[in-house]
Amino acid sequence: MSNPKLIVSSSPHIRDVDTIPRIMHTVNLSLLPAVLMAVYYFGFYALMIILTCVIFSVLTEAIWQKLRGKEITISDGSAILTGLLLALTLPPRLPLWMAALGAIVAISIGKQVFGGLGYNPFNPALVGRAFLLAAFSVEMTTWYLPGAGVDATSTATPLALMKMSGQPTSYWDLFIGNIGGSLGETSALAIILGGAYLIYKGYVDYRITIGYLGTVAVLTAVFGQDPIFHLLSGGLVLGGFYMLTDMVTSPITKLGRWIYGIGAGVILVVIRLWGGYPEGVLYSILLMNMTVPLLNRYTRPRTYGEVKQ
Amino acid sequence: MKVKTFKQGIHPAYNKELTAGKALQKAKDPAQVVIPLQQNIGAPCEPLVKVGDQVKVGQKIGESQSFVSAPIHSSISGVVKAIREVEVGTGRKTLAVIIESDGQNTLHEDVKPKGDLDSLSGDEIREIIREAGIVGMGGAMFPTHVKLSVPEGKTVDTVILNGAECEPYLTVDHRIMIEHPEEVVYGLKALMKVLNVNKGYIGIEDNKSDAIEAMIKATENEPEIEVVPLETKYPQGGEKMLITAVTGREVPSGGLPADAGCVVNNVTTAYAIAKAIKTGMPLIERPVTITGRGIKEPKNLMVKIGTSVAELIEQAGGFKGKPGKVILGGPMMGISAHNIDVPVLKGTSGILVLTADEVEDFEPRPCIRCARCVDVCPVFLMPVTLANYAQHDMFAELENYNVLDCIECGSCSYICPAKRPLLHYIRLGKAEVLAQRRKK
Repeated sequence: MSNPKLIVSSSPHIRDVDTIPRIMHTVNLSLLPAVLMAVYYFGFYALMIILTCVIFSVLTEAIWQKLRGKEITISDGSAILTGLLLALTLPPRLPLWMAALGAIVAISIGKQVFGGLGYNPFNPALVGRAFLLAAFSVEMTTWYLPGAGVDATSTATPLALMKMSGQPTSYWDLFIGNIGGSLGETSALAIILGGAYLIYKGYVDYRITIGYLGTVAVLTAVFGQDPIFHLLSGGLVLGGFYMLTDMVTSPITKLGRWIYGIGAGVILVVIRLWGGYPEGVLYSILLMNMTVPLLNRYTRPRTYGEVKQ
Repeated sequence: MKVKTFKQGIHPAYNKELTAGKALQKAKDPAQVVIPLQQNIGAPCEPLVKVGDQVKVGQKIGESQSFVSAPIHSSISGVVKAIREVEVGTGRKTLAVIIESDGQNTLHEDVKPKGDLDSLSGDEIREIIREAGIVGMGGAMFPTHVKLSVPEGKTVDTVILNGAECEPYLTVDHRIMIEHPEEVVYGLKALMKVLNVNKGYIGIEDNKSDAIEAMIKATENEPEIEVVPLETKYPQGGEKMLITAVTGREVPSGGLPADAGCVVNNVTTAYAIAKAIKTGMPLIERPVTITGRGIKEPKNLMVKIGTSVAELIEQAGGFKGKPGKVILGGPMMGISAHNIDVPVLKGTSGILVLTADEVEDFEPRPCIRCARCVDVCPVFLMPVTLANYAQHDMFAELENYNVLDCIECGSCSYICPAKRPLLHYIRLGKAEVLAQRRKK
């Protein structure tokens, strides 16, 4: 038998079917319920914001990669995800050019300056949102009730209502999203649906989500607040399932993930209860992002057979 | 069925249905065998024959004075045609005895029954095992008599037979357990006698329920032996994983199974031991699974050591489609050969042919820090971190992160969605750390 031309490489010779694009596109798809709810509550303009963010994220990524002479990898779905997540944190009537600017900043400063996918220390979508919040604080905190017409008067978010005037919102409205707020932070139901799917797929580690949400629930209860209200309001659910759990910017060890989730929960509660600002998701996540290298270093798992000294 | 297991690990597609139902057949007798003089981890053997010599089946043709070594025997009768360097599956060259068959299969006079277990002492059994050239047949080829010589100061109270066969595609251990359960039990009892222990386990993954049944039946009257069903999970058959799954003990870092009171042997090794005692036949043949979608008729064959891989591929109908990779062993830890004109060794458990289409072109992408490698590593290392350190020559960090504890199972590379060759880098790192240690 003649010797055929064979490929030689080191083991293993088989690989799992999952790839980075597959993961990213699955996460994108899991956001569909949230996107649909946003459009349902806030109308066609919500869709325009979402599309603007996605398109500008993808374009920005392509331009950066072109300029740096790198392979253009926009088909991997990660830029789409950044755009989607950013859009879901924006208020329903934000001018489109601001949304576009947010997307450009998210990809440029949040991701590409560090070298692109996998190298960014912060969640890019939240970098974009942080920029917009600082630059356009009025537009970024002008809220409308779902279903309100074009000339509707603005409202406050449930958290602001509670903080400023002690006025509660019904659990049911919070749960299904019939409240004032960002596009994706309104319907807890839609986010939990998508998030649960990601946990099932193993794309999200429950330790982070449970650590985060659980800490918020426990601490708010300890300080005499309504934990269910706090869980369902603001961007906590979106942050807990989609932002804090971002693979690139969260710890790689299991213990690290617990500490990371719990730490973010503590920061959030401090901001919400004693800060001058009604919401704390953004800063709790960005601040914990900074701790990840340290967490990875100090939460190394015990190696099999290793005796603790 | 209550199954035991270890923590973490992966669930690759097993692909055992290609051959699991196929009984072991005797391979066609080869016209010529190429028998390398190094078929164990340890010292190579010196040839005991010269060109032109007549040899018989079971005749010793190679031996070493070194303790960590196992003698080599002829698998056919015929004439020694040459003694020269040949290439083996790893691509390395080694001295080999090339024998042309006379077609007679004349048995050597020394091949005769060695007595029964009751009359033989433990030391005698260990000597029979050594003389028969028996090495670990799961692939590692570690001399079995060395494993059975427990270092002073350590006590072994448990012998575990590895019937997990966690490598995808491979089915020889499975077939041995179904077709020769009594021999496997006999081999286990011999091992227990050598080590003077009264607790024996046979660990089998639960995707081989027929093997579990066969072994339970064969151990009905053996109160000291327990069949342990294991979760079907890779690397369930890794020595450390198996010990932990079966006994709950951990092998200390840098230690031996004996440090956990255990000795582990493959079921096919136990079968070979039984044959060596009952018939006196040294290790001259072994079962090999010839399989994969690149093979026309996948099958399980009983193969004489030294038969060429190409010949066995032909006996399994030849290639189907364009072959991409020929792997000696399983797809997770086997070696991909560039040359199929190499001999089957004592540790060759399978010949797996992946088609060219199946061999994906893995273009590695940047790591997205998904940490799946950390989540699956059965020895709880941080493969992504180790691979990064290895790429940047950070040896102190590698050692500090216990790189030497890596069992090279490949689970990290398998699971990586960025298709990064993590194990490849870790191996390089290990080699460097060891080299630096030697320098000191």
